Amino acid sequence: MNYNWNWRIFFEASPDGRGTYLDTLINGLGFTLATALSAWVMALLIGSILGVLRTTPNKWLVRFGNAYVELFRNIPLLVQMFLWFFVLPEFLPKALGTAMKQMTPPWASLVPAVLCLGFFTAARVAEQVRAGIQALPRGQGMAGTALGLTTPQTYRYVLLPMAFRVILPPLTSEFMNIIKNSSVALTIGLVELTAAARSIQEFSFQVFEAFTAATIVYIVINVIVVLGMRLLEKRVQIPGFVGPSMNTGGH
Amino acid sequence: MLGQFDFNVIERSWVYLFREGMTFTLTLTALAMTGGIIFGTLLAMLRLSSIKPLAWVAGVYVNLMRSIPLVLVIFWFYFLVPYIGAYIIGSSQPIKVGAFYSSVITFTLFEAAYYCEIMRAGIQSVSRGQVSAGYALGLDYWQVMGKVILPQAFRNMIPILLTQTIVLFQDTSLVYVLSITDFLGAASKVAQRDGRLVEMYLFAALVYFVICFGGSLLVKQLQKKVAIVR
Repeated sequence: MNYNWNWRIFFEASPDGRGTYLDTLINGLGFTLATALSAWVMALLIGSILGVLRTTPNKWLVRFGNAYVELFRNIPLLVQMFLWFFVLPEFLPKALGTAMKQMTPPWASLVPAVLCLGFFTAARVAEQVRAGIQALPRGQGMAGTALGLTTPQTYRYVLLPMAFRVILPPLTSEFMNIIKNSSVALTIGLVELTAAARSIQEFSFQVFEAFTAATIVYIVINVIVVLGMRLLEKRVQIPGFVGPSMNTGGH
Repeated sequence: MLGQFDFNVIERSWVYLFREGMTFTLTLTALAMTGGIIFGTLLAMLRLSSIKPLAWVAGVYVNLMRSIPLVLVIFWFYFLVPYIGAYIIGSSQPIKVGAFYSSVITFTLFEAAYYCEIMRAGIQSVSRGQVSAGYALGLDYWQVMGKVILPQAFRNMIPILLTQTIVLFQDTSLVYVLSITDFLGAASKVAQRDGRLVEMYLFAALVYFVICFGGSLLVKQLQKKVAIVR
């Protein structure tokens, strides 16, 4: 191959005047993690509520939950990103819409990216939470009722503590997905890890060094998340309780 | 706001969107699905192989693909394929690969990792006894796989393979980062030319939704039909 490898590129000054190319990369990593983590908090909250709604006896709540999941699952993430970035400000009250458009970078792309990833991943979390609750033996809910717990109490003290343990593995992969999916935010101008690698490539022409570095960082994040979640799984596991396995595919 | 919603821009451009954009999107989806399932099945066979190094290599490939974002993979292959092509034909210069072939190669290789995991589950869903029965009848590995295991594995996995294909169909919109005119790319071009972002992006979302939702309903129907009663 006729390619000039130059690994020292990361220690050369980048043209944005904020240090070396390595700093560009670290900056990108910071934005990837910030976006993914804030969106994950959102997704977990909204997704849990929606997932619970979909298991309640009220059929309108179930329909609402199902409609939400179908809506967010059947539109490509990139299109959703554009809707949050370009379309939403037009539908908001004028002052708010203008404020959204005039935010200074990085907020202008960070806020829509977090909202987009949060609501998108919430649909996937909702699906897992619903499956987790429905995978529990029916007797658990009944036992809650028999003990005199109200429906919210049954969810809070009986069903959810078990369901979240069951769905920990699929939630781990959803968490990995949200980190990976945050790279789609580069289309609306967020300089996260992939975009940082791309900008190094554009300025220095060292394509493969930049992409190799980004790839390694993603793999390291992946390993850390998987190991961390494995520890968590061990800590919270209930002896003798084996959860059913679930595989819903997709990414 | 909706009062100023300009349906006219959709009326003017929908033929272009579907003829140029959707054709590209569907062609890419079909090619990547075919290639991805074939390569993914081979990868699954490698992963389940009793020859350890082969299983290891396939495992590393699949895990690598699954731990990096598709956008990064698209960039990787966009720059890497010309060099690999040059290496294969022994040219000293990186060869020119069109954006279309580049994206077909990217999506085939990327989705193969996901199809592989599905096919692996599919192969494992067929009971071990069938493999033994095949060997006992004197079939070799390829015959056992081709005539006994894979047909059943495919049948069991058709709904999940198709669901993954719907995901692939949505993923193809990411070729936007290479400025390719797929369906979303076409919508985006019109949107920017006419200053009608709201209308075009909402229309694109609607079209994607109708196709994917319709597709997933069909898959559900199919799932009921092909399910084997055990």
